[in-house]
Amino acid sequence: MKEYKTINQIAGPLVFVEKTEPVGYGELVNIILSDGSIKRGQVLDTSDELVVVQVFETTAGIGRDSGIRFTGETIKMPVGKGMLGRILSGGGKPIDGGPEIVPEKRLDITGAAINPYARHSPEEFIQTGISTIDGMNTLVRGQKLPIFSGAGLPHNDIALQIARQAKVLGSKEPFAVVFAAMGITKEEANHFMADFERTGALERAVVFLNLADDPAVERIITPRLALTTAEYLAFELSMHVLVILTDMTNYCEALRQIGAAREEVPGRRGYPGYMYTDLASIYERAGLIHGVKGSITQFPILTMPGDDITHPIPDLSGYITEGQLVISRELHRKGIYPPINVLPSLSRLMNLGIGAAHTREDHKKVSDQCYAAYAEGNDLRGLVAIVGKEALSERDRLFLEFADQFEDRFVRQGPNEDRSIVQTLDLSWELLSMLPVEQLVRIDRPLIEKYHPKFRGEKKGAPAQAAPQG
Amino acid sequence: MRNQGILKRIAGPVVTAVGMDAHMYDVVKVGKEELMGEVIKIQEDMTIIQVYEDTSGIRPGEPVVNTGLPLSVELGPGLLKSIYDGIQRPLAVLITKQGNFISRGVSAPGLDRTKKWEFKPVVKAGDRVGPGSILGEVQETNIVHRIMVPPKVKGSVVKSIKPGSFTVEEVVCVLEDGTQITMMQKWPVRVSRPVKEKLNPDIPLLTGQRILDGLFPIAKGGTAAIPGPFGSGKTVTQQQLAKWSDSEIVVYVGCGERGNEMTEVLTEFPKLVDPKSGKPLMERTVLIANTSNMPVAAREASVYTAITIAEYFRDMGYDVSLMADSTSRWAEAMREISSRLEEMPGEEGYPAYLAARLSEFYERAGRVLNLNGKNGSVSVIGAVSPPGGDFSEPVTQNTLRIVKVFWALDAKLSQRRHFPAINWLNSYSLYLDALQGWYDREVSPEWNKVRAWAMEILEKEAELQEIVQLVGSDALPEEQQITIEVARMVREIFLQQNAYDPVDTYCDMTKQFAMLTAIRKYSEYAYAAQAAGVLLPQIIAVKSKGELPQIKFIKDYKPALEKIMASMDAEFSAMRAG
Ligand SMILES: Nc1ncnc2c1ncn2[C@@H]1O[C@H](COP(=O)(O)OP(=O)(O)OP(=O)(O)O)[C@@H](O)[C@H]1O
Ligand SMILES: [Mg+2]
Repeated sequence: MKEYKTINQIAGPLVFVEKTEPVGYGELVNIILSDGSIKRGQVLDTSDELVVVQVFETTAGIGRDSGIRFTGETIKMPVGKGMLGRILSGGGKPIDGGPEIVPEKRLDITGAAINPYARHSPEEFIQTGISTIDGMNTLVRGQKLPIFSGAGLPHNDIALQIARQAKVLGSKEPFAVVFAAMGITKEEANHFMADFERTGALERAVVFLNLADDPAVERIITPRLALTTAEYLAFELSMHVLVILTDMTNYCEALRQIGAAREEVPGRRGYPGYMYTDLASIYERAGLIHGVKGSITQFPILTMPGDDITHPIPDLSGYITEGQLVISRELHRKGIYPPINVLPSLSRLMNLGIGAAHTREDHKKVSDQCYAAYAEGNDLRGLVAIVGKEALSERDRLFLEFADQFEDRFVRQGPNEDRSIVQTLDLSWELLSMLPVEQLVRIDRPLIEKYHPKFRGEKKGAPAQAAPQG
Repeated sequence: MRNQGILKRIAGPVVTAVGMDAHMYDVVKVGKEELMGEVIKIQEDMTIIQVYEDTSGIRPGEPVVNTGLPLSVELGPGLLKSIYDGIQRPLAVLITKQGNFISRGVSAPGLDRTKKWEFKPVVKAGDRVGPGSILGEVQETNIVHRIMVPPKVKGSVVKSIKPGSFTVEEVVCVLEDGTQITMMQKWPVRVSRPVKEKLNPDIPLLTGQRILDGLFPIAKGGTAAIPGPFGSGKTVTQQQLAKWSDSEIVVYVGCGERGNEMTEVLTEFPKLVDPKSGKPLMERTVLIANTSNMPVAAREASVYTAITIAEYFRDMGYDVSLMADSTSRWAEAMREISSRLEEMPGEEGYPAYLAARLSEFYERAGRVLNLNGKNGSVSVIGAVSPPGGDFSEPVTQNTLRIVKVFWALDAKLSQRRHFPAINWLNSYSLYLDALQGWYDREVSPEWNKVRAWAMEILEKEAELQEIVQLVGSDALPEEQQITIEVARMVREIFLQQNAYDPVDTYCDMTKQFAMLTAIRKYSEYAYAAQAAGVLLPQIIAVKSKGELPQIKFIKDYKPALEKIMASMDAEFSAMRAG
């Protein structure tokens, strides 16, 4: 392979190389430093005069004397069964002291788009044991459901609780966790690792760690390495893979940094105009394929700068993912765990995974009714602050009380409390029974007569069972 | 003509070739793998090309070949029930050729070349035909596909025409002037298909969605925009329209959106039946899927592919509706290509021609008199995805300047699961006046009055709510408290509609009228009772009123509604008496 010594400019993460033979767009590049060490990069722009290379590590040590080798192929990830239980760097190199990965295949990390016609609609209900998710924002296998959080909020604990408790009822199929850390602190990473070790999940996990002090540009490839691994495990080894990507905000910052180095016209708030497309090339790598056993379910975590959901990072993510779980600082302050605010949260695939065939026939309507009632009660809190409780009508007072109870009993649960879907739905009914029956306009009569504690009580002559509390 | 050049530069989806003659929008084959691309800029000897496939690994020096033809779609039997990518490659065929993932360098024609269709002529030798004339018919699905003289063929006399089984490439008709006509025609996507004249849009496109048909209707051949933040209901609304609107043909383009949403349509539509024809909805549908992770240049092309197909069915005399989800992704594709061309950016980085492109696109909608004398229409419904849900951004603003119907989605409503989350105060339809006559004739002479009453109640409620925010609802005079209660009924019973309930998902005009009339009846009883001195809690707690929401979920609702209204009458009589 020919080595060029024709670097004419180095700027940020970019290296400009002159007078080369024809070089392919997107090719992997090795940069050889004077001490013999090698850094990796990728061709961003190629012409017969100039080749622009984006380096995936710090450009420290690269000079005009460095050598450039074009490998003639795009970036590939060696994958194999032996990856389970391993800890790799954000660039895909083992960092757990274990042996090199024995590759069974080398896969392109960009990953091709799944042909929409080949996709199979996700529909299997995943029970996470968390009421605000199972009852109100149901997760299904093959979904991409991000956690929108803020600095200092317990998103990691929630992600871990989901990873620990998530199950498809009645299924014993092989599963795996792929965990990709981008720019998180050592401490946060340890928190995850300790939990994986404690629960034995590590054996079934592949971990990629790009920590806060690792090169920022490496973050561009970390999620792609993770998803390439996930696709291999899911679509070639038939496993059900849960992918946790954290923190996507750091990924986007790296993207912005490269855009700035290339002197591109920036889009909203300085992020590149193509960030939607770029994020889609990550998030869309989830789902199910007809006739293929495995699946990829994605849990990206991102911290919203300034808790602002309209910031481009959560905004563009929300436009791509299939819903979002929004962590609320206000609930956290009230001491409620998990502080998931159901109002701005959403699971778009919920309707595919609930109902008589999956959970229970009343699920959709009970959840809609809880939403409506909680939203109304929550609004009234603002009013109470101005006019006092006395100025409220009897009806309003009931909704206000509903909102309080809902937070205290439905939203709040223990970090190890694993509620069944039946418990969650029964708890919803119990709370709804605080309201007059005719206020339950979202639910049709037959369901009310079947599930409402009042009617159940009448019929069976016994009070409805209260769901256990944590 | 030098129809071959070589690549000089590759930077993502935009590449530069030299040494080749080209015209704007010519289709070219790029590199050894012959990736499909389109000429988008010419500068001296440099031809700048947007490539519809991933360009990784392509090197300077590789060949570029100009086909000399503009980007076109194939039109003919076989379109219905298909799912295509943005440049009309059938996704089902791509799977057989390259597997579950989309790789590149594979070409596949839009229409199946081997399939034979039963052609029945409707003209005979000696008949005079012109551009657009219908020559014969093919029963494609439950839809009759009319085979037409291509618009650019001059008028002539039929020399021979024969019934039988043909592929789309076989000649079915020869004209006196020697023109040979096959069942397939090609049309450049960026050019609108000609019509004789545009007609007034005075027939509503009925959607079965109460807030749309009832409050903010779109006409057949009309244009509507649905802007809204993520998760507010753009896609569900478009899918509802694709399912239930009384169009004869639906073209649905997923432009830069989710793969699973297309899958959902593909799994659901074959199982759903058209309330009018009783046939599976898929039989009238054409899908274009260029999802967010598929190449951006093809995303840019996808809306043109879609509208050209829509126009073609319109030419046959059909009412077609086109759902474009999302036009913002299309605009962003334009922006991305434009920035790679280093064009001078306009507002928020969008190219200066954004507004022109949008209006050219929506201008292709309309109810028309076709070249062949038949009436047809293309209605265009475009989703808009404004960053941060902020409607002041350029794509929303430029779209609103063009379209006649605005369905404003509101995150506050979707968060409380008020669906469809269309804000009744901000939305509008400029077709209302033109459609009044139709509602008057076809629904009831009372309809327009009931509609106006509902809007008035909702507006009054909004004013009253401002006061309530300051003093609480109990401080309002009783009459106004009734108004608030009635408005709540209009919102919860009439406006809210559950797309996932098997009955409520579709509501015909008769039922819409009955529901609204029932609510109005309650309000009349209530005001009268209040005036007669009945206590407010009693008026509000009327038992029959609590039963009213159930009507939504009952298919054969008439007896139930009659019963409710009868007991309402009895309850109020009793109150006045007691
Ligand atoms: N008419 C409706 N009836 C019931 N639920 C609805 C309705 N409209 C929307 N929803 C709910 O809202 C969710 C989000 O809607 P949808 O996917 O249409 O949003 P969107 O505006 O297209 O978002 P994005 O811009 O991210 O694509 C749906 O998954 C569904 O749960
Ligand atoms: Mg959508």
